[in-house]
Amino acid sequence: MTKVLEAKNINKYFKGAVDFHVLKDVSFDIKLGEFTSIMGKSGCGKSTLLYILSTMDTDYTGELYFNNELITGKSPNDLAYIRNKHIGFVFQFHYLLPEFTILENVMLPAKKLAEKSMQEIEHDAMEKLRLLHIDDQALKLASKISGGQKQRVAIARALINNPTIIMGDEPTGNLDSHNADNVFNIFRQLSQEQKLSLLVVTPDKEFADKTDRIIEMGDGMIIG
Amino acid sequence: MKWFLVILNISKTHLLSRIKQSSIAALGVTFGIGAFIILMSFMTGLNGLLDGLILNRTPHIHIYNEIKPNQQQPIHLFDEFSTNLNVVYSIKPKQTQLKIHNAQPIINYLEKDAKVKAALPQVKTQVFYMAGAIDLNGIVTGINAKNESTFFNFQDYIVDGKPEHLVNNLNGILLGIGAAKKMSLKIGDRVQIATTKGEIIPLKIVGFFQSGLADIDNVQSYVNLKTAQRILGENENYITDINVKLFDIEDAVPMSQMISKQFNLTAIDIKTANAQFETGTSIRTLISFSVSFTLLVVAGFGIYNILNMMIYEKMNDIAILKATGFSGYDVKLIFISQAVIIGFVGGVLGLIIGFIASKIISNLPFETQALPTIKTFPVNFDYMFYIIGIVFAMISTFLAGYLPARKAQNIDPVEIIRGQ
Repeated sequence: MTKVLEAKNINKYFKGAVDFHVLKDVSFDIKLGEFTSIMGKSGCGKSTLLYILSTMDTDYTGELYFNNELITGKSPNDLAYIRNKHIGFVFQFHYLLPEFTILENVMLPAKKLAEKSMQEIEHDAMEKLRLLHIDDQALKLASKISGGQKQRVAIARALINNPTIIMGDEPTGNLDSHNADNVFNIFRQLSQEQKLSLLVVTPDKEFADKTDRIIEMGDGMIIG
Repeated sequence: MKWFLVILNISKTHLLSRIKQSSIAALGVTFGIGAFIILMSFMTGLNGLLDGLILNRTPHIHIYNEIKPNQQQPIHLFDEFSTNLNVVYSIKPKQTQLKIHNAQPIINYLEKDAKVKAALPQVKTQVFYMAGAIDLNGIVTGINAKNESTFFNFQDYIVDGKPEHLVNNLNGILLGIGAAKKMSLKIGDRVQIATTKGEIIPLKIVGFFQSGLADIDNVQSYVNLKTAQRILGENENYITDINVKLFDIEDAVPMSQMISKQFNLTAIDIKTANAQFETGTSIRTLISFSVSFTLLVVAGFGIYNILNMMIYEKMNDIAILKATGFSGYDVKLIFISQAVIIGFVGGVLGLIIGFIASKIISNLPFETQALPTIKTFPVNFDYMFYIIGIVFAMISTFLAGYLPARKAQNIDPVEIIRGQ
């Protein structure tokens, strides 16, 4: 299977009076269509690793490959393009733009990519919202819907450019068990039906157990 | 282009969702620009009026025969004393005539010059206005009334009657308003004029002249050129002054030097005669500009403040935009475009308010002795102020928006997301 993401010897320090070694020689890869979770206790560096993998954090040593292409050291604009086109994000806090409607929130990354016409983008966005059963709320303001709905909108937004991989930073951490199951089922469905790679950071063992593969982290290292 | 529309759409949504803050920021610019337009229009209008007071009726070059002592005294011709320091006391001017020799050929010559708009002859003479037992001092100037109106705005200083009544009327006089009041005369009355040679000539009053300077209005009167020559008992060649109006005032200095050299006459250019005017004008303009500039700087700080606050409020949005693939440059553009939109909307509103206020001011009554034909405040509606105003607004808001926008550009999304 092709590797979507590969990390080689990633090291990161938090700079301070005494440098803190957060990530110690982390190496692993993620294959196409794989539903992977990174699990570990709070403070073990799992979120930090995710931000590096997501290309947002560039302050590390080591090498990062995306679709077998080295992306370490690329310009911020190139990285922004990769995030825009190939990576979808779902965060613990939903991070929608509160003054825009649900539909506009979902459309925004596609508008930035500007590969399709406005009509196509709007059509795609409605498709994604329908997929997540939230299309009836499309014209509401993002600040006017519930937390579970927000998280589904965030997933729809992550899907809009048909990315290669979806990354989630504790995407169910802020949801009740009903909504958390809901989100997990959506992820599972995406991975099976659309062959999407998923990489989800979670402290929740139950959640992790249901994924294809668990990367367990402890003290800045992969321990299992 | 499409990408830019997306950016604009985001800034539009940001602005509209905080319509109160945005309008207050825009109002700052509106007041700045409005005040700029009103100040500049009013100031330059007033400047134009004050300058016009002098410049319109002052010839660009005034040519006349000055009575002055001769620089070349007999002792200077004597070789034996040429190395000495010769001091001659109490030199008196030579007896010469005031008339300009060969005036008509000089006028013809000047009018042929491409730089000259007009060269008008005048005859000036001293007279007495006879009012019962009292003789009042006076100066009568013979003019070609029609040309004086065309080239020197003469009609603006006639309060009653019309300058045309002087044309072809050898018995008419435009009397200074001060002199007329002293003698209790009205239009149609006759005034007796005594010449320096003792002759008495009756003239009919066809109008009153008011310059706004009491000293002038008490003595100055105008008659037909020929009438003045008749008062002096001279023929038609007798001309004491030539007033030259040029197309470009900048030519006045070299031209006057040339004339005084060529014709051996005294030629005074307007710049030498009224050097202080340009200084006053430029200082008034400078004051208006600096006041407006200050207002805009204050408005700029307002925008800077509001955008800065907005960026703190929008940290999450900025982080999410960056996480979903918007570059730092895009984010910077979002905030700069907000500032520029505020500047543009506020600026255009300011122009409109400035224009309306200027219109109102230009209709307010304003009576001045100096300019009897002016009834309302003078306002200059030069479109250049409007262009400067809007450019000024855009630049200052751009600068005010640039610093906060650059801050937004450099926000690290990881820090925001992690901080939650």
